[in-house]
Amino acid sequence: MKIEFSSPLSNVENIIDSLKNKEGALLPILHAIQKEVGYIAPQAIERIAIKLKQTPAEIHGVISFYHQFRTSPPAKYKIQICRAEACQSRGSRQLEVHAKNLLNIDYHQMTSDKKFSLDSVYCLGNCATGPNIRINDDLYGRISNEKFEQVLSNVDRELK
Amino acid sequence: MTMKIFIPRESTAVSLGAHDVAQAFTHYASHHDIDIKIIRNGSRGLFWLEPMIEIETAHGRMAYGPVASSDVESIMADITDNICHEKPPCHTLALGLTEEIGYLKKQTRLTFARAGIIDPVSLDDYLALDGFKGLQKSLALSTQEIVTAVVESGLRGRGGAAFPTGIKWQTVRDAVAEQKYIVCNADEGDSGTFADKLVMECDPFMLIEGMIIAGLAVGANQGYIYLRSEYPIADEILQQAIKIANEAGYLGDNICGSGKSFNLEVRLGAEAYICGEETALLESLEGKRGMVRFKPPLPALEGLFGKPTIVNNVLSLAAIPFIMSQGSQAYQQYGTNRSRGTLPFQLAGNVKQGGLIELPFGSSLQDLIDDFSGGTASNRPIKAIQVGGPLGAYLPVNKLDIPLDYEAFSQASAVLGHGGIVVFDDSVDMLEQARFSMEFCVVESCGKCTPCRIGSTRGVEVIDRIKNNERRAENMTLLNDLCDTMIDGSLCAMGSMTPIPVRSAYNDFPQDFYLPTQESNHD
Repeated sequence: MKIEFSSPLSNVENIIDSLKNKEGALLPILHAIQKEVGYIAPQAIERIAIKLKQTPAEIHGVISFYHQFRTSPPAKYKIQICRAEACQSRGSRQLEVHAKNLLNIDYHQMTSDKKFSLDSVYCLGNCATGPNIRINDDLYGRISNEKFEQVLSNVDRELK
Repeated sequence: MTMKIFIPRESTAVSLGAHDVAQAFTHYASHHDIDIKIIRNGSRGLFWLEPMIEIETAHGRMAYGPVASSDVESIMADITDNICHEKPPCHTLALGLTEEIGYLKKQTRLTFARAGIIDPVSLDDYLALDGFKGLQKSLALSTQEIVTAVVESGLRGRGGAAFPTGIKWQTVRDAVAEQKYIVCNADEGDSGTFADKLVMECDPFMLIEGMIIAGLAVGANQGYIYLRSEYPIADEILQQAIKIANEAGYLGDNICGSGKSFNLEVRLGAEAYICGEETALLESLEGKRGMVRFKPPLPALEGLFGKPTIVNNVLSLAAIPFIMSQGSQAYQQYGTNRSRGTLPFQLAGNVKQGGLIELPFGSSLQDLIDDFSGGTASNRPIKAIQVGGPLGAYLPVNKLDIPLDYEAFSQASAVLGHGGIVVFDDSVDMLEQARFSMEFCVVESCGKCTPCRIGSTRGVEVIDRIKNNERRAENMTLLNDLCDTMIDGSLCAMGSMTPIPVRSAYNDFPQDFYLPTQESNHD
């Protein structure tokens, strides 16, 4: 996970070089770096800016616009609860309360062991089988409070 | 003989355990020495039955659902004991012949004709069911002939704005430029919608074909699918399909030997609802913040990188292969008034039987609910139905006789939009829903227009004051004024349509805002 930015052959440099000639290269670059490293560090922002001939402020402006991009290390498991209307109609408001209590954190926070973070998301496109959550890239449907605990403990077991 | 078992690889089925089910079948078969072939198909869109698995028989596919991995053993026993001996299945999850399931039979599937039937990344499957016929026909036509066919089909933008697709294509075709683009808007962010995702995960070649035809029609050789990053399975399937289409010569520099070229790439969004707005989408594709642009210039003339660009929704482009292969009239014959063809409705929220329902325009919302929903999942009465996503009106039960067509909805100050239908039971508090609409706008506004950026925050505060009984009457007036300001002072639908659900909440559910109800009001 740790990237050595001093080396010109670091992954970040390679990622930028391999994508920078695409039309509108910035989002593909940000996605690729975040996928590789987990977040977009200040050093990476500087490197992107130089290679794309933009200012670091411009790059930062793009990163901060999109909910998905982050500039600090993520939790091991990023939990997102769908807050959109279809999930609300199937009990997501209760699920939110339960999840916050269970993990003892609010939205946009992570547990002290950095295992779980909790975020809201507005629609995962699974609207007939809500409430829905996503853990990293995996989608889970029909999440009752009990099933939420079950899914989390399964994930937790994998961690050990 | 090899037993063919179909298990969807589509997101909803996977979110409910389809991978585990597939693994359980493989495991069972290898332990019992049964020769099976598992095909990871798309979904039929009967989501309450997912994971729904199908067995191929001489009479058609037999379905079981919703299947958990713990059911696999008993289902295999039912198959080997009954289906294999031409006896009817007797398992509790047996659904009979898939094609005979009422929910499917009552539909008119033009765009979704292949969904759930084919392996989404099998070119042979696609070709066997009319795939690339529209492209073959289009290759023999002039650019104007293709555009005219689309105009005559009556197809209107399925993303929500319902702008005539053919007119947009004509504008781009007539523009003079060395470079033009085809952009597919696959940033399907509206709550209650999943039809775009289903197209991409169940029948990706259809979208690819539609985009190639668009490219031929207007003289564009580069296409982008702007896909929301919340859809990783759609991304994976599209990438596979694009690779296959390239290798088979449908994409690339010599489409089917015609000498014409079209290249296609998927670009991911990054969790920003506003990027479903076409100009914000273009900014995002250019590598910028997804800030809404002023119109004019229209994207058709100055779109991506300032070049003439078609920006079409997934469903609009997905309708093109049918129109080009079967003819404009075959599509145009369905529908009503100025809403022609079919719309894949998406029934979601608090219903027993949520799913994809492709119907011609024109039947009433009430009929759709009666025919398909099976009632609420909670068994409580319906209180409100939100149609057309988070910027659509909440309809009360006495307004459900509204016909499902664009004009009828807009006359009723409602939105048909992308066809998402979200049902709420009587436990919903409409003041909270109105507050949520404002809150959603706070989170997702691009920030360009002050009434949207700041007004939405003020909206949350005003609704909280109404809730807390702080000068209720005055705050209601303020909320109404604020809605006017947002409508009049916002460039795009985000700010100008957020008042639609808010107003429908207090106009049609006044009791939730502590207002006098219709019966006690003489107006």
